[in-house]
Amino acid sequence: MTAVRCVDLCKTYRQGDEDIKALDHLSIEIDSGDFVCLMSPSGGGKTTLLNAIGGLDLPDSGEVWVGDQRVDRMSKGELADLRLANIGFVFQAYNLIPVLTAQENVEFVMQVQGVPSAERRSKSLAILEEVGLEGLESRRPAEMSGGQQQRVAVARAIVSRPELVLADEPTANLDSRTSAELMELFVALNEHHNTTFVIATHDQSVMKYTRRLVRMRDGRIVEDIAQHAA
Amino acid sequence: MNIVLRLAWRNLWRHSRRTWLTIGAMVFSNTLLVFMISLQFGMYALMVDNTLKVFTGHMQVQAPGYNDDQKMRQVVPDVAGLAASLRESLGSDEIAARGWAFGLASSAERSYGIGIYGVEPDFEPRVSSIPGLVTEGRFFTDTNDPAIVVGAVLARNLRATIGDEITLLGTGVDGSFAAAVVTIVGIFDSSVVDLDRSIALMPLGAFQDVFFMNGAGHQVVLFADSLSAVGTLRREVEGLLPDGDDLVVHDWDALQPGLKQAIQADISSAFFMYAILVILVAFSVLNTQLMSVLERTREFGIVMALGLRAGRLGRLVMLETALMGFIGLILGAIGGALVTSWFTANGLSFPGMQEMAAQFNLPARVYPSVSFLSALLGPLVVFLFTLLAAAYPALRLHKVRIVDAMRTN
Repeated sequence: MTAVRCVDLCKTYRQGDEDIKALDHLSIEIDSGDFVCLMSPSGGGKTTLLNAIGGLDLPDSGEVWVGDQRVDRMSKGELADLRLANIGFVFQAYNLIPVLTAQENVEFVMQVQGVPSAERRSKSLAILEEVGLEGLESRRPAEMSGGQQQRVAVARAIVSRPELVLADEPTANLDSRTSAELMELFVALNEHHNTTFVIATHDQSVMKYTRRLVRMRDGRIVEDIAQHAA
Repeated sequence: MNIVLRLAWRNLWRHSRRTWLTIGAMVFSNTLLVFMISLQFGMYALMVDNTLKVFTGHMQVQAPGYNDDQKMRQVVPDVAGLAASLRESLGSDEIAARGWAFGLASSAERSYGIGIYGVEPDFEPRVSSIPGLVTEGRFFTDTNDPAIVVGAVLARNLRATIGDEITLLGTGVDGSFAAAVVTIVGIFDSSVVDLDRSIALMPLGAFQDVFFMNGAGHQVVLFADSLSAVGTLRREVEGLLPDGDDLVVHDWDALQPGLKQAIQADISSAFFMYAILVILVAFSVLNTQLMSVLERTREFGIVMALGLRAGRLGRLVMLETALMGFIGLILGAIGGALVTSWFTANGLSFPGMQEMAAQFNLPARVYPSVSFLSALLGPLVVFLFTLLAAAYPALRLHKVRIVDAMRTN
């Protein structure tokens, strides 16, 4: 079953007097439960592709499908609902809400989804334990290390069991040991919950954990290979 | 506590100094509004009370059209009987019958045109402050006494004093010539020059004899327990009026339209000042919330990326404002009530107030009256305007582009 399908995507940004082609007639299909690594040098188009898949930004042309839903034709509200229900995001800079504790950050998305209080509490505690943050539930982001914050962000992204997790440079601010721990966590979640992961990175160490490597350059796919994860 | 409420509350205190400054502006304006509105309400109550107690009463039973024309023949038949019947039915003594005629009052030296009121000696003191304002001589004791009580200015103009006789000339209710010689038994001083110059009081029985009233009069004056009870009493009185007699009941705002207009004019000018105050506070809130939204652009971008709609984020901003406004409302209402209560106990006066107050029949020291309404009216308006001010930053979130917002530092 196809989790993501992009057809002939184009996206051009204007930078000064120059037009930058972030996506140049790009097409890709990602199967459900896949673990994909998008690699490119800076400006290669991987973040633009992630944003288009997640409905954060619309392509100039082409089609974006998540499951059987056409993303590029959705309204702002429909996109928000799609992200809330089907997509988990992990960002480079953790992006937690600073005034909420680790547990509240995880619960926040569920509250927006309308999950009852008791269920929110049990799910958030369970997921924080799963990502190795047991005992740190009541800490605020400023009281946690970068790795711990990124784990909270991962917990927030997967607590509602989304079909798809989009991670943009998730290891960029982490040391190599913490990066490895995070990737092992992603692998475990992918295997246990069959969640589709699409990870955009230029960190070479990440690709060994993934089952599919997509190399991009100037908005095009230059290499798309299946591989055995470590 | 709900996470959204917790989030809103904690967001408020990210910049506690700024939040307290904004709340401080609300508390200051709310305190001022509570005090000013309470002072206004207190002054209006005093103005109405003082003016109506002089002569008008809370309401009057009259013949139709009498209030507009004051024609002699527009009478209330058996006016004393009607007053007595109403006193008995309503169980109140604050009801009195009156007659009125225009006449010429002449002393040995001078003549003046005056309004002559026939009043019930036993009940007039209960509906009018004039009997209590007799500073020389006495008020009437007998309804048929051929006596008269005149205002201090009129007595001075007539060059007459207690014990002097004056001649009254006028027209009776049937159009015939009315004349009488009456003795001045009392002189009143109400401090209202127009009143002291232009009216005189006679016992109702003697008045009816002089002007051939045949038991009729022109008004039955009534007082309710309070201004707020006027409407109820009016309906009761209307139900008690004799079926055959064509009579109407006018309440004080119909009898004294000038008083109501003066109050409305004062409310309008005060409203302008209050509006400026409220708008200033609203701009302060707008500034705070706009800054708060702008500096959280990245954060808003992230939660929108997670699936929060702009409308829900807008509601979060409104909730933060509502919390801030609620603190301002409570502290302002309490502060205003405390300040007002102090002045309620001690009164308020300032230089030049005595002269100004006299024009409105007010004492030189006024006492604001704090009530649930006066304590909450101003703060509630401020609260609503702060919510209104927060609407712009909240609506602005609909224009946020998530990818741009997430790049903001």
